[in-house]
Amino acid sequence: MTCDNEVPVPAAQVPVRRRRFLTFLVAAPVLTVAVPGTAEAVIPTLPQPAEILDLGDVLILAGAPTAGALAVLSVGEDGVVTLDLPRAEVGQGITTASAMLVAEELDLPLGQVRVTLADARPELLMNQLTGGSNTMRSVYGPVRQAAAAARARLLAAAAEQHGVEVSRLSTRDGAVILPDGRPVLYGLLTSAAAQLTGAFAAQPKPEGEHRLVGTPQSRIDARAMVTGQFRYTLDHDMPGAMPTVVRRPPTINGSVKSVDSAAARAMPGVLAIGVVPTGVAVVAETFGQAMAARDALKVTWNPGTIDSLSDKEIRAKLQAAALPFVVPPLLTQHLDLEFDFAFVSHAPMETNSAIADVRDDRAEIWAGLKSPIVARQTIAAAVGLPESAVTVHVVQGGGSFGRRLFFDAAIEAAQISKALKRPVKLMWSRTDDMRHGRARAASHHKLRATFALGNVLTFEHRVASVETDFRHGLGEILTATAAKLPVGGNLSFAQTVFLTTCKVPYNFGVVTSLLNEVPLRMHTGSWRSVYSANTRGAEEILVDQLAKKMGKDPVAFRREFLKTARQRAVLNKVVEEGQWGKAMPKGFAQGIGFHDEYKSCTACLVEIDARDPKNPRVVRATIAVDVGRPINPRGLEAQMLGGLTDAISTTLRAGLHIDKGLPLEGSYSQFHYARQKDAPLDVKIHVMPATGEPGGAGELGVPAAVGAIANAYARATGVVPRSFPIIFPVDFEPFPR
Amino acid sequence: MPTYTFVVNGKPVTVDAPADLALLWVLRDKLGVRGPKFGCGIGVCRACTSHLNGAEVQPCVTPVSECAGQEVTTIEGLASGEDLHPVQEAWLEQDVAQCGYCQPGQIMAAAALLRTKQEISDEDIDRIANVCRCGTYFRIRQAIKSAAAKMS
Repeated sequence: MTCDNEVPVPAAQVPVRRRRFLTFLVAAPVLTVAVPGTAEAVIPTLPQPAEILDLGDVLILAGAPTAGALAVLSVGEDGVVTLDLPRAEVGQGITTASAMLVAEELDLPLGQVRVTLADARPELLMNQLTGGSNTMRSVYGPVRQAAAAARARLLAAAAEQHGVEVSRLSTRDGAVILPDGRPVLYGLLTSAAAQLTGAFAAQPKPEGEHRLVGTPQSRIDARAMVTGQFRYTLDHDMPGAMPTVVRRPPTINGSVKSVDSAAARAMPGVLAIGVVPTGVAVVAETFGQAMAARDALKVTWNPGTIDSLSDKEIRAKLQAAALPFVVPPLLTQHLDLEFDFAFVSHAPMETNSAIADVRDDRAEIWAGLKSPIVARQTIAAAVGLPESAVTVHVVQGGGSFGRRLFFDAAIEAAQISKALKRPVKLMWSRTDDMRHGRARAASHHKLRATFALGNVLTFEHRVASVETDFRHGLGEILTATAAKLPVGGNLSFAQTVFLTTCKVPYNFGVVTSLLNEVPLRMHTGSWRSVYSANTRGAEEILVDQLAKKMGKDPVAFRREFLKTARQRAVLNKVVEEGQWGKAMPKGFAQGIGFHDEYKSCTACLVEIDARDPKNPRVVRATIAVDVGRPINPRGLEAQMLGGLTDAISTTLRAGLHIDKGLPLEGSYSQFHYARQKDAPLDVKIHVMPATGEPGGAGELGVPAAVGAIANAYARATGVVPRSFPIIFPVDFEPFPR
Repeated sequence: MPTYTFVVNGKPVTVDAPADLALLWVLRDKLGVRGPKFGCGIGVCRACTSHLNGAEVQPCVTPVSECAGQEVTTIEGLASGEDLHPVQEAWLEQDVAQCGYCQPGQIMAAAALLRTKQEISDEDIDRIANVCRCGTYFRIRQAIKSAAAKMS
């Protein structure tokens, strides 16, 4: 077991910096937290924690002290304005939406705005985490303020240059317009503006004057993507960084006992082999050669941490862990239901990957990272360097769905680079990504509702989940360390996330939702909508069954018990547009679901073809969404479409089977995420008009659609699904371990 | 190590490579052609989908030895200079891409389909098995129909 170090490390190239003159840091926005009202003749439910303070609010509050430093804008002499965004774009469209905010405030064509992803900026403390559907909520104020300040400074420069009052100037199409109508391009004012002294705070435009924000815009990076020019982590060339893969253990968290690398070393293209904490790393001239050598290694392994566990044992643990109900089902009518949800891989198309260059005195990392500050802090500790010597670059990612909150590949690449004394370009195989990567935790749900005289009196939900790992904290080391505390650390985080995200949107009398987690030493992580997909999905199924038991139509029932007019408007929109109640052929059915989170709400109406109950397909979907203030409706629709596809996948066919310490699924031929043949032939998404501040959008689409699909399946087949995914056989020969 | 000569995006290339090395790694790691993406390595996610003599191929399961003397086209070679292929145009029109990682393969699969067939049905589109983990399928469907209409 030796580590190679025979290859000299080439000197790093010093990048040529483009000239930039004008950068601003502006003041923090004012934070407001709204509490929605409740009403109606139904038995009102007291506001749940998530209605008073949701996870997004928590993240905004945590980021408040540094919000003024969040948006860094530069105005180039070429007239291009660049926003260095301290968030991770992974497909959710935040760079386009942020560019729209900048273009709006500066009266600039959208094409003249660039958005780069900021390196880890530890001074931002808890304000560089991309999660909780929080990006547009948290940057909406600061980015507009920074752009408004930039505009003010450009106006002042023009006023000075041309000897006119600022009040006589306006801005249009990337230029300051002089009183006589002549335009002065921003690029010509950059140098003068940068030399001005004084404060240039300015109020952003009133929202009523928005001309770009709120209109549908295409992605700013779309052309690069469709022409193959877009660069993901592994598409970048860093000097000396060669293709690297890792041979991993046969069970989760196993470790290397012994290695015979003689055969692998003799294979063509192999450059270095070494043992690291997670397995055996192989560096070669191409990934194909690295993988061939990886397969030729003879490795014996120490056991992992869940070797004795399979689905059956895990499910039994979860069922035992669900906390008891409070209300006995004695004097009133009641309905009890239980549900199970399997583990689900995040399975982003781009597997875990990172480039790392660790030297004796410094380190540089490139990866798709949603919490880069804690990544930098953790990597510094792992490779024994002061934090200030570690640079972490955030690269746009090929999907995440929560996966890139963790930085497993980045830390592993750093460890390999240090061990082998060479820069590395690390890629996980798909099989490793599914088996040794992270997953949505499996969960068990017990629900009970009691009712009498047409009213719901109590509603109880007991969630028992395998521990969801929140040890990334709020994106920096203090809260990450708190989450790592042995007693209650992660559980405190889990409870906070559960309570600040999951809320029952109905007036169901006394509502209690309780989470209990079973800690297992395996790799989990937040998966788009975290607890809500399963928790709210299960509740929406119960709502349909409750309506049935109380003799009411599912839509009429929801309309009666939803808490607000805004929620009912969204429900009514899909009912109307999706033609709720229309005649359907035998084996087909409609289903409806509703969800409210992060100041946004949505309803989903699907039509399912379940003529063959073992081969169902959602054939049509109608979605209505109210996010308070849509910034880019086209991007919002994309997020809702993605949430729908996630729900189709995880409700019907996509999950992981755990067998003796390892998921059986190892690729998309086995983990059945939806393909085109599983996707609806018609999808209509209705974006409700702006009424307030932006709410969350990235995760919103999943839970309502889970409920709608399960309810449609139940109505089409007469069987209420209790275990998800519904169609879940081991219909493949698992890859060798 | 054997040498193979073939054409990539209109340009002849010669590479030294083991016969069984997958075309994907020759393209990406030896030639710096990074449009085709790795997603599975076994031809099931189809993120690497490109064209071999105009027909759909998955470079992750195509040995380089099978490409000798052939014409390989990747996403980078689909457009004619600045003039995008109608499928690429349709992708922009429908704003299909989210993370974008699978889209080179999706576009190449659609372009290969439209090369052989002008009348496109929903069943034809259903047969495209490329995974899009962002779930953009409906926009892909609309884009293919739009491209088909433009090309007919």
